Amino acid sequence: MIKEAQILAHHGKQYIPDLTRSQVPAPFRGRPVISSTDADTKALMELCPTGAISDNPVSINLGKCLFCGECEFAFPEKIRFTNSHIMATNDSKKLVVREGEEERILLVPDMIREDIKRLFTRSLKLRQISAGGDNSCELELVACGNPNFDMGRFGIEFVASPRHADGIVITGPITENMAEAVQICNAAVPSPKIVVLCGADAISGGIFTGSRALNRKFLQEVHIDLYVPGNPPHPLTFINGILELTRVKHLNKRLNFKD
Amino acid sequence: MTRKIENTLKIKNGQSVSLSEIPVLEYREFYAVVLRLLNAEDVHCVNYYAYPDNDNLKFICCLADDSAQSVSLLSHILPSGKGPGELESLTRRVGALHIFERELWENFGVKFEGHPWMKPVRFSHNRYNRIIAMHDYPFYRIKSEELHEVGVGPIHAGVIEPGYFRFTCNGEMVLHLEIQLGWQHRGVERLFLEKPKLLQRTMLAESITGDTTIGHTLAFAQVMEGLSGISTDSRLDAERSIALELERIAVHTGDISALCTDVAYQLGAAVFGALRTPIINFTQEWCGNRFGKGLIRTGGSHYSLTNVLIQKLRKLLDDFEWRFKEMADKAYSLLSVENRFDNIGMVTNKQARLIGAVGMAARTSGVKRDIRHSHPFAAFRVISYVPVMLEKGDVYARYYLRRLEIEESINYIRRILDNEQFFLSETTPPVPEANLHLYPSSITVSMVEGWRGEICHSAVTDEEGNIIHYKVKDPSMHNWKALELSLRGLEISDFPINNKSYNLSYCGHDL
Ligand code: SF4
Repeated sequence: MIKEAQILAHHGKQYIPDLTRSQVPAPFRGRPVISSTDADTKALMELCPTGAISDNPVSINLGKCLFCGECEFAFPEKIRFTNSHIMATNDSKKLVVREGEEERILLVPDMIREDIKRLFTRSLKLRQISAGGDNSCELELVACGNPNFDMGRFGIEFVASPRHADGIVITGPITENMAEAVQICNAAVPSPKIVVLCGADAISGGIFTGSRALNRKFLQEVHIDLYVPGNPPHPLTFINGILELTRVKHLNKRLNFKD
Repeated sequence: MTRKIENTLKIKNGQSVSLSEIPVLEYREFYAVVLRLLNAEDVHCVNYYAYPDNDNLKFICCLADDSAQSVSLLSHILPSGKGPGELESLTRRVGALHIFERELWENFGVKFEGHPWMKPVRFSHNRYNRIIAMHDYPFYRIKSEELHEVGVGPIHAGVIEPGYFRFTCNGEMVLHLEIQLGWQHRGVERLFLEKPKLLQRTMLAESITGDTTIGHTLAFAQVMEGLSGISTDSRLDAERSIALELERIAVHTGDISALCTDVAYQLGAAVFGALRTPIINFTQEWCGNRFGKGLIRTGGSHYSLTNVLIQKLRKLLDDFEWRFKEMADKAYSLLSVENRFDNIGMVTNKQARLIGAVGMAARTSGVKRDIRHSHPFAAFRVISYVPVMLEKGDVYARYYLRRLEIEESINYIRRILDNEQFFLSETTPPVPEANLHLYPSSITVSMVEGWRGEICHSAVTDEEGNIIHYKVKDPSMHNWKALELSLRGLEISDFPINNKSYNLSYCGHDL
């Protein structure tokens, strides 16, 4: 017993007290900032492995971006990745970061469905579906519940059965071989329910875009409530995204995110 | 460097050779040579694949000789004019080849006469038979009123990847477990050809399986370097080996935590779980990503292990070491834990050899397979690594091996850091290559010992140096069979700990 107590004492307190204000140190690549300096945009677009960069104005689509940072290495004056991990949004248009935009990415409150405001503000149970995920997203989602991030403190948890869930979180580009299982699992979640896409692979197909082994039809049939960019998204990106989605009314004000 | 003996071509890990140097044998002779070579205890097959070559199907077989530190290449050709063709199965004689022949049958329709277990591997999108789909998997069935079947999956009760398990049971006892995979199939190998840019291919390698980002991306980088004649400097080698061992420490620690969770040992689960965090956070401090995405690049690196980072790493390892030891001394002496893991999920030495187990699953059954030792790459060429070996092959052995390997990896990283030859200069590694010209009509075989075991990547180029075939083999390809076999005679309730003790990759297998 004494030994156990000692281990516990050495172990100390592991939890991060305020997740909304916690920072991830550089060189963590979070939300990018694009300056208005001149750059060879063609070369810039050509370089990106997923076609996340577009022209007029120069912009990066975080739903496609793998956060490889190569555009920053090649064009340091043009593109800079900040360590801001606040990147989740419910509006796919907000995933696009344009030249000169420095503001952090937010959810659009008006787009949050009434059901969410009515039912999920104090507790949210989620069923995770990996559909071609490379397991880094899955590991980070597990980490959301670990002693450091402890998402459970907000009543947000992953559950074993879709029957117990209020929504699904999809990782991976949705393979043909998983397409039906995704449908079945989503159908098994009682309504009202939410759908969250976690990671570039889920949002856009990521590096697997164009593969004939995918079947992303499911995404055309459902309303997406939250996009969580990243490769994989940092646990703080996920947790803060979910908090912002569900706590707006409850707290009656914006969460005090530190950027 | 290359030698032709016994109708094979011998190369070193990561070496590139011209395709024309590989002897093309008649299948009968190929069959005989493969059997003869595999007769030796320290030779095993690391890859066996085929690709369309004009009107033919060209087969390449890579047999690693662990004593000679070389890989023998040999090939045979099947004219595809008259349908996919039929060959005598080698699996009947060498069980370990079963998975390769299944893959060849699935992708090209080649029949292997006498193969005992000819079933789809992953229902790949470019499979030969498009009529069958996931629903049609031919499970092994025993017709009996007394037996029952239990199906689980593909979605499981946790945040994990999908796979389908079917147990055939007699009362509580599992007679047979069959695992159907393929759910995660993303068409990775095909995408290596379709996405032409080096960076795109690097991203693919990083996404093969996220928990082995370093292992797979390193295997990929070695392929590219081999095919373009780039030799890495010793500092880059050192950094790569450190990254690989950090990945091993992090995953092993997480797995020990998960095993504690599965036997309801809360303290171990929490403390080991928390110990993993500073390791992956160090990787993030080094390259910006907790899994090492962004760190391994062909020919160089964007993120040098600076002196500041080296000091931090030393401190981290010191701190980790005593904390880990304190917890492990307790967790590895608890009778309740030992009692649950002991004699569960046994793989005998004979079975491990039969199925061609690699990595941890081999080393816990007394089969000495460790690429760091037998086909050294990166810094392992300079500072030799001695594999940790155990005999019993049960869950406890796999639980214990992780502890020993963590200790060994910590020591190994320190040996690199203490070796002045690596960090003599303040120089940073070269900037990674952006574009490569690959040797025409060539082939490379690259192997890395990831935390799960042996990873093997191989690429073939055409006359213009375009990649026409890219083959990835994750260690899970071999080891899923070990999980299936080692559950026989146990109960379904033993499955979670047995499964966790292997922690095999779904996406790495399904690609
Ligand atoms: S960081 Fe994102 S935008 Fe930049 S090159 Fe990589 S994937 Fe493209």
